Amino acid sequence: MSDKIIKKEELTNILKALKETYEVIAPVKENGFYSFKPFKDGGNIDLNFTNTRLSPKSLLFPQSERIFEFNLDEKSKDGYIVKEHPKDYPPSVIVGIRPCDAKAFKLVNINFDNPEFKDPWWVKRMEAMTFIGLGCNEPSSTCFCTSVGCGPFNEESLDVMLFDLEEYFLVRALTEKGEKLLKQGRVDKDVDEGLQKKADELRIKAEKKISSSVPTDKLKEKKINDLFNAPFWDDVAFACINCGTCTFLCPTCWCFDIQDEVTKTVGDRIRNWDSCMFPLFTLHASGHNPRPEKVQRVRQRFMHKLNYYVDKYNTGVACVGCGRCVKYCPVNVDIREVFSLMNGL
Amino acid sequence: MIRYGDTIREIAKKILEEKTVDLIIGFKKGTLPITTEPVLIKDTQNSDQLYWDSFCNMNLANYLPKRGEKIGIIAKGCDSRNIAVHIVENQIKREQLYIIGVPCKGMIDRRKIVSFLGGKEVREVTESDEDITIKGEGFEHTLKKNDYLQNNCSTCMHRNPVIYDAIVGDLVEERKDPDPYDDVKEIEGIGLEERWESFSDLIKDCIRCYACRNACPLCYCPTCFVDESGPQWVGKSIDPTDTMTFHILRAYHCTGRCTDCGACQQACPMDINVKTFTRKLNKDVLDLYGCEAGLSIEERPPLDTYKPDDYDKFIR
Amino acid sequence: MADNPYLPYPVKIQQIITETEDKNLKTFKLVFLNKEDEERFTFIPGQFCEISIAGQGEIPIGIASSPTEKGFLMFTVNKTGVVTRFIHNMKEENIIGIRGPLGNWYPWEKMEEKNVVVIGGGFAFTTLRASIVYMLHPENRNKFKDITVVYGARSPGLLLYREEIAEWEKRDDINVHITVDATDDPNWPYNIGFVPTVTEQKITTSEDSYALVCGPPIMIKFTQPVLEKVGFTPEQIIMSLEMRMKCGIGICGRCNIGDKYVCKDGPVFSLAQLNELPKEY
Repeated sequence: MSDKIIKKEELTNILKALKETYEVIAPVKENGFYSFKPFKDGGNIDLNFTNTRLSPKSLLFPQSERIFEFNLDEKSKDGYIVKEHPKDYPPSVIVGIRPCDAKAFKLVNINFDNPEFKDPWWVKRMEAMTFIGLGCNEPSSTCFCTSVGCGPFNEESLDVMLFDLEEYFLVRALTEKGEKLLKQGRVDKDVDEGLQKKADELRIKAEKKISSSVPTDKLKEKKINDLFNAPFWDDVAFACINCGTCTFLCPTCWCFDIQDEVTKTVGDRIRNWDSCMFPLFTLHASGHNPRPEKVQRVRQRFMHKLNYYVDKYNTGVACVGCGRCVKYCPVNVDIREVFSLMNGL
Repeated sequence: MIRYGDTIREIAKKILEEKTVDLIIGFKKGTLPITTEPVLIKDTQNSDQLYWDSFCNMNLANYLPKRGEKIGIIAKGCDSRNIAVHIVENQIKREQLYIIGVPCKGMIDRRKIVSFLGGKEVREVTESDEDITIKGEGFEHTLKKNDYLQNNCSTCMHRNPVIYDAIVGDLVEERKDPDPYDDVKEIEGIGLEERWESFSDLIKDCIRCYACRNACPLCYCPTCFVDESGPQWVGKSIDPTDTMTFHILRAYHCTGRCTDCGACQQACPMDINVKTFTRKLNKDVLDLYGCEAGLSIEERPPLDTYKPDDYDKFIR
Repeated sequence: MADNPYLPYPVKIQQIITETEDKNLKTFKLVFLNKEDEERFTFIPGQFCEISIAGQGEIPIGIASSPTEKGFLMFTVNKTGVVTRFIHNMKEENIIGIRGPLGNWYPWEKMEEKNVVVIGGGFAFTTLRASIVYMLHPENRNKFKDITVVYGARSPGLLLYREEIAEWEKRDDINVHITVDATDDPNWPYNIGFVPTVTEQKITTSEDSYALVCGPPIMIKFTQPVLEKVGFTPEQIIMSLEMRMKCGIGICGRCNIGDKYVCKDGPVFSLAQLNELPKEY
C-alpha cells in the first residue's frame, strides 16, 4: 500500500470511525502530563507531546491486574479452587505511540511470549493491538534512541506510522494489520511527491536532532563476571535512593509480583508491577537476601538491561533510549553514563 | 549562592587532607541542566567534583544512617535539621560528623521552570544572587529566583543551618513571616468529605514507586510497614485504599520529625505534592507542643517522649 | 502444564506426615482432583512445583516423590514464611493447588552408567529422596552403577523420611551413610559428624561419578573442597538452588542469577555452570 495523506483535522473523524470496530487509545494531557487514555469523541487526544510520563506498557501489562479469582468457602463445591477471571480482549488501536515505546513492546514481547511459555494476558492483548506510531519531529535532549537500535521514525514495531507535516499527516501502513485499519478508517488519498519528500526530510532532520548517544559496540563481547565485579558500581549506586521510579517509568522493565487479596470469603490473585530496586524483590522467606544492599540492586537493573538481556536474546540492549529514567530520576542516576562505563570497561 | 561552591571545595579538600573526615557527602553537577547528583568523595583529587547551585534540592541527611565513617556533609538549613533528627534518633553520632553548613536562600523548583517553559527544554542555565538565566533552542529568559522557589523554601523559617562545624558564607536573614501555613489552613477550612476528596485526588496518580519515602531522611526503617509480610498491613496493588494507607501512615510516622525539606515532593515522578499530609502534621505539632523538628540535638521529638508527670491522665 | 501456565491444578491433601520432632517440616501427599490433570502431569526428579493456596499465595517446593510412585505427589514443606505457615495448619481433605512441573532436573542421561553420589543436609533432601526412589526402582536400578548416599541433619529427630532411609540402609544395592551433628542417644546406630567430614570418609573416588549436592550453604561450602580433593570436576558436581520466585516459568524476572533464571534454567546447575555466573544467590 502506498503512503496516504490526511488533513490533520480529519484525524478525529477517522478515529471516530475506527471506534466502531476498535477501542481507540490516544495520548491525553491531564494534570500537566501526558498518558494514554481511551479516546473520547469530544477530542481529548493531544499529539503535542514528546514522551508520555509513564510509558504505555500498562496497556498490555497493567500495573495491577486481577488474574484469577477464588472463594474460600469450604462448603462450596469450588471452594479454594483458583479460577480464571473472564476477560475481554477487544481489538484496540493505540494512536500516537512513539517508535521507541513500540519498540519496547517488541523487546518485552520476547519475555512474555517465548517458545516454552506464553503469558496469556500479554499475548492476547498484543494480538488485539494495532499500533499507529507518531514519528518524533522534536526529540528531547534526553532521547538517545538512535544509538540503541531505534530512532525517531523507527518503523520496526509499528503497524502504521504518522508523519506530522504541519497541516497534514502522511500515513504509512507498515503491516497487514495497519492496511486493514486504514481501509476501515477510509484513509485512501495517495500522497503527492512533494509531501512524500518532505516526510523523508523530516525523518533525516529528526535523527540529526538526537543530541545524546550511548556506546554499545563492546557490550556483547563483555564477560558477565567482569562487568558484575567491575569497580564502578559503588559510585554508580551512591546517589540512588532505591525507589522504583526508573523501573516503573521504563517501557522495557517487566518484572512483576503475584499477590492474593481477600475480602471476607472471596479473593483475587493479582499481578502487580515489581521492581528490582526493592529489597523485598529477592528476599527469601528464611530472611536470606541475595541482594541485600542497594549497590547490588542498582547493578542488577543495569546488568539486566545491558548484559543479561543482551546475552540471552541476542537482540541488543533492553533499552530503547526514551530517556524517562534520565529525566525523572530524583537523584540524576543517568543510564547513559552507565552505558559508557560498562561498554568502556 | 553559586559562589558557595568554591568555599565548599576548599573546606572539603582541607578536611580530607587533614583527615578530619574519611569522606564527604555533597552534590556534583548533574548530567542535565537544572539537576544535581548526590556524591560521595573519598579523596582530594575528586573533591573538585563538589558543586553548588540552587538545584541542590535533595536532602543529604538521607545518606547518613548506617554509616560508620567520619563524614563531612554539606547541609542547608533543612538538611542540618534532619541531621539533628538523626542524631537524636541515634542514626548517626555527632562526633562522626563534620557539618559544612550552607546558609540557604531557597532551592529552585525544577518543575516550576519546566512548567514555565511549556514543552521547551532548558539546555543551559546560569545564576546570580537574585536571578537565573535559562537558555534553550530559540529562547533565553532571566527569571527572579524568588518567583521559582520550591514551595517549602518560600515558607522556610530556618534557612540557616542549626548545627555546623564550618559555614560557607554569611548567615542569611531568617523570614519574619510568622505564619507559613496558609496552604494547610485552606484544607482545614473545607468540609470533611471535600477534604477526603481532595486527598484522594492528590494521590490518584501515585504509582507506589516509593520515591517520596526513599528520598525522605526520616524513612530509615529497616523494613517499612508497607513491606512487612507477617502480617501484611497494606496491599501491594494500586488500589486507592492501599495507596492512601501508605501515604497517611507514612505521614503519621513523620509527625514531629519532618523538617518540610521537600525531598518527597521533589522526588515524586508523578508531581504529587505529598507534603500536603506532613505539613498539616507539622502545623499540629507546632500548635500543640510548640515544637519544630530538628532544631536541637538534645530534644527528642514530641511524639517520641514519655514523661511520668505527663499532664494527660491517659498516658500516665 | 495447564494451558494457562499461571493457573494451578486443584489438588486435595490426602495425607499429612510430620517429619521432624521440631514439627517444622511436614510432608503433604497430594492427589489431583481431575483425572486429566494427573495424566498431563509428567515430571522428572529434580523438578519443582509452585504450591498455590488460595488467599495466601504460592511457594516453590521441590517434588519429593518419584515419578515411579503413582497416584500422588509428595512435598515436604519447611515452616518459614506466610504460605508455609498456613499450609502447616491445613488439614487432610483440604483443597490447594499446584503448578508444574517446573524447572529442569538432575542430568539423568549423563548419569546413566555412572556412579551416583547423593549428598544432602537438613531439609534439603526432598528432590534427593525423589531421585533415590527413582534410581532404586527395578526399571531403573541397572541404569546406574553404585549409588552412595550421605545424608545428615543436626540431630536424629531432624532427619527426614527416617523409616524409609533406615530401609535403604539395609539394602545391598545402595550405600547409605546417615549422620547427625550430635546426639545424646547412646544407641545411635549411624554416624556422628558433619556431612563434609562423613563425605570425606566415605567418598574416596570420583571416577565415573556424579555428585548431587543439596543442603544449607555452610554444608555446601565445606563439602565442595572435599569432593574436589578426590577429583570431582565442577562438571561432576550437581546442585539444586533455592531462590525467591513468583511465576516459576522464567517471566516475572526475580529469580535470576546473571542471565539464568533459577525457576526455568534451573533449579539444577552444575558447579561448572555456577562458576560462570555471578555469586549472587
